[in-house]
Amino acid sequence: MSKVKSLADLKRVREEALKKQEAKNTASRIQIVIGMGTVGIVAGARETLKAILDFIAKEDLQDIAVRQTSNIGMDSWEPIVQVIVDDEPGISYGKVTAEVARKIMKEHVIDGNIVKEYVIEIQ
Amino acid sequence: MKELALHLLDIAENSVAANAKNITITVLLDTEQDLLQMSIKDDGKGMNAERLIRITDPFVTSRTTRKVGLGIPLFKAAAESCCGSFDIQSTPGVGTLVTARFQNSHIDRMPLGDLKSTLISLLIGYPDVHWVLKYGVNGNIFEFDDAPIKKELEGISLTDPGVLGFLNDYIASGIENAQAAIA
Repeated sequence: MSKVKSLADLKRVREEALKKQEAKNTASRIQIVIGMGTVGIVAGARETLKAILDFIAKEDLQDIAVRQTSNIGMDSWEPIVQVIVDDEPGISYGKVTAEVARKIMKEHVIDGNIVKEYVIEIQ
Repeated sequence: MKELALHLLDIAENSVAANAKNITITVLLDTEQDLLQMSIKDDGKGMNAERLIRITDPFVTSRTTRKVGLGIPLFKAAAESCCGSFDIQSTPGVGTLVTARFQNSHIDRMPLGDLKSTLISLLIGYPDVHWVLKYGVNGNIFEFDDAPIKKELEGISLTDPGVLGFLNDYIASGIENAQAAIA
């Protein structure tokens, strides 16, 4: 049996997060929205979300809010991921596999360059 | 869908759409009885009897972007193709309980799949919902309740990198320990 993490471990996690927050002192700056309707799920949206979350953990990225939305009526483009930086228009990407998600995280979220070949809509 | 865990994710999304505040996902495997049973219980707005009868029809959906809903018919078909059963109980204003049973050893039973990723997707995607997962293998139960975790975090986001790492390890070890019952 592996050792089950406990809420005591969470206390340490929280303290570290607070320290980082104090050091940076910024509110959530980047929002990532992923479509998780039936079609999105069948198209692989859960794996896309997993890739995004793994990237956040691995690269130790702060200030990123991730949320879900249901079907938005563009089935053939699923999985769909929208990236919103500050007050800029949201950029929707289509056919975002786990691999494409990592590319978007690196190029758009970190470096600030829109990944043009996967953009389907700008709002 | 390739995994039962993806069906669970899909059905739980329905519960969220029904404005549920508390959602409990239960997965129980009993190898003695050769039974895999899963359920999603919510306190969302529920459905009346007429709608309940028609809900397993693919041409019924509450969505407005498209007139076809496949989530429930697909889950029902997955259960019924494995000598299993499927049923929905719902009361308007009280909530809905979706239950699917599978003959565990049935050749057509799709794998349970990545239950951890399904749970994390829901926790992160809908932080305002109170999520509970009960996963049991031959009575060896892992019960995950996000309430004490959120309380402990006090406003630190679930998408904090350290928190994501914690959730991953915590849920993975819980699932693994439950599965040790048949290892």
